[in-house]
Amino acid sequence: MDTRLLVEDFSAWYGQTQAVKNVTLPVYASQVTAIIGPSGCGKSTFIRCLNRLHEVIPGTRTRGRVLLDGQNIYDDKVDPAEIRRRVGMVFQKPNPFPTMSIFDNVAAGLRVHGLPPGTTAEEVVEKSLKMVGLWDEVADRLQDSGVSLSGGQQQRLCIARALAVEPEVLLMDEPCSALDPVSTLKIEELIKGLKEKYTIVIVTHNMHQAARVADYTAFFLNGQLIEYGVTSDIFTNPRDQRTEDYITGRFG
Amino acid sequence: MQMPSPKSRRWGDSLFRGLTFLAALGMIGLVMVIAVQLIRGSQLAFTHFGLGFVTGSRWDPVHGAFGSLPLVYGTIVSSLIALLIAVPLSLGIAIYLAELAPHWVRTPVSFLVELLAAIPSVVYGLWGVFVLVPLVRTALEPFLQRTLGWLPFFQGTYYGFGMLAAGIILAIMIIPTISAVSREVLLAVPNSQREAMLALGATRWETIKMAVLPYGRSGILGAVILGLGRAIGETMAVTMVIGNRPQISPSVFELAQTIASIIANEFSEAFDELHLSALVMAGLVLFVVTLLLNILARLLVWRVARAPEGVTRE
Repeated sequence: MDTRLLVEDFSAWYGQTQAVKNVTLPVYASQVTAIIGPSGCGKSTFIRCLNRLHEVIPGTRTRGRVLLDGQNIYDDKVDPAEIRRRVGMVFQKPNPFPTMSIFDNVAAGLRVHGLPPGTTAEEVVEKSLKMVGLWDEVADRLQDSGVSLSGGQQQRLCIARALAVEPEVLLMDEPCSALDPVSTLKIEELIKGLKEKYTIVIVTHNMHQAARVADYTAFFLNGQLIEYGVTSDIFTNPRDQRTEDYITGRFG
Repeated sequence: MQMPSPKSRRWGDSLFRGLTFLAALGMIGLVMVIAVQLIRGSQLAFTHFGLGFVTGSRWDPVHGAFGSLPLVYGTIVSSLIALLIAVPLSLGIAIYLAELAPHWVRTPVSFLVELLAAIPSVVYGLWGVFVLVPLVRTALEPFLQRTLGWLPFFQGTYYGFGMLAAGIILAIMIIPTISAVSREVLLAVPNSQREAMLALGATRWETIKMAVLPYGRSGILGAVILGLGRAIGETMAVTMVIGNRPQISPSVFELAQTIASIIANEFSEAFDELHLSALVMAGLVLFVVTLLLNILARLLVWRVARAPEGVTRE
């Protein structure tokens, strides 16, 4: 199986506090990889390092390498903005741009990067909205504000916005934590559908969600990667006692 | 601990509501009192000139001619020049302080900017007379005439004093207001908005332009209106540099006059009833101009805040 992202001996800090400790982990192409662990275990920080978003917070630093298709994204010559186009991200709370219409929200990235050759903005927006199953719901009101949608729709809009710039990897930082169960289910179905085209890394505090959507699961504790493997193995046959304690609900 | 009885708590609630209601009512009352007083004081001038007071372009106390159009013109144009200069500069300051500056720059510079707002306007006026006016006369006006002299705005004699100097001094005075308020507005933009844009592969500048500024636009507009309000009513510094000649000329090199500064200038020497009444009526005109501009600005903020269609604020 192809390795899309290879994280090598990676650490990240906020000031003096080390949030991620010497993590090494391969992320396989066209698979869903879930990162689980209790609050404050460094899982959100970890995926924010995969698109170099951690560094925009003042006082943070990182050490180690992250190879995207073999290229170290932390190399001095690499433009972080280009990395962030190739590695898209969806956040905990839906964050559409409130002053933009639904259409403009999806097209926001295109205004930065330009259109793929031979396409129009209308085509890209329609395709992206169809991919997230939102097209039928909003096709007749594309000029309405992005924040006029429900929470679940807003989150799918944000996913469409991320997909519009054609990333290779999609990072999702607890994308359902602010959503109701029905919207959560829709997003989970969507994730399963998207993995054919995209490599997905999803952070979740919901173990059942990881079990439902992920092919691989990594368990983080106190900034360290405790265990990583095929999801069914992690949940049915964990090798580490701490993993077992967590998934059986003894803490976390 | 002695717990208050439910009854006394309810009573305290209605007392509090009553008090705050009175405070709000007092505000409305104050505006009414000022309006009534201005209208009463300007009765004599109104019976004399009628609407000609607003449309007349000759203000000549010696011959008893009082037309306030040049004053309205001077007030609006000097304030517009001030906005033209102050808005881009203030936005630059606000963006730098809120988005880009390292922490050790942010605090002292923010403090200095706010300090500018605390300088009395007469001090600005003195600085204007001794530093700004000579500079405008010897450098800025000759430069403008050489480069843009084909425009009607930059023609005529260099006095130093005049509309341009007034506009510049007003700009300096409103920059602290606009930049401090805009900075607060930008700081209030949630980080999730910046990160949403950055995560699409936008650069810092693209993020500011496409996510941060649009999110804060109604607040920034509010800041500009606050600055405009200050510029329109500013009296002392303007009086000292504008030249105090009530006339309408397209050239910003020309001497001019504003409503606020003519009241300050002539009030102590206005001995006949009609002159006094005309000054009060000028005050009424200023009151109305300010009111109209504020209504216009409100409408603008309201329009900007609700677009695009169907917006529900977060």
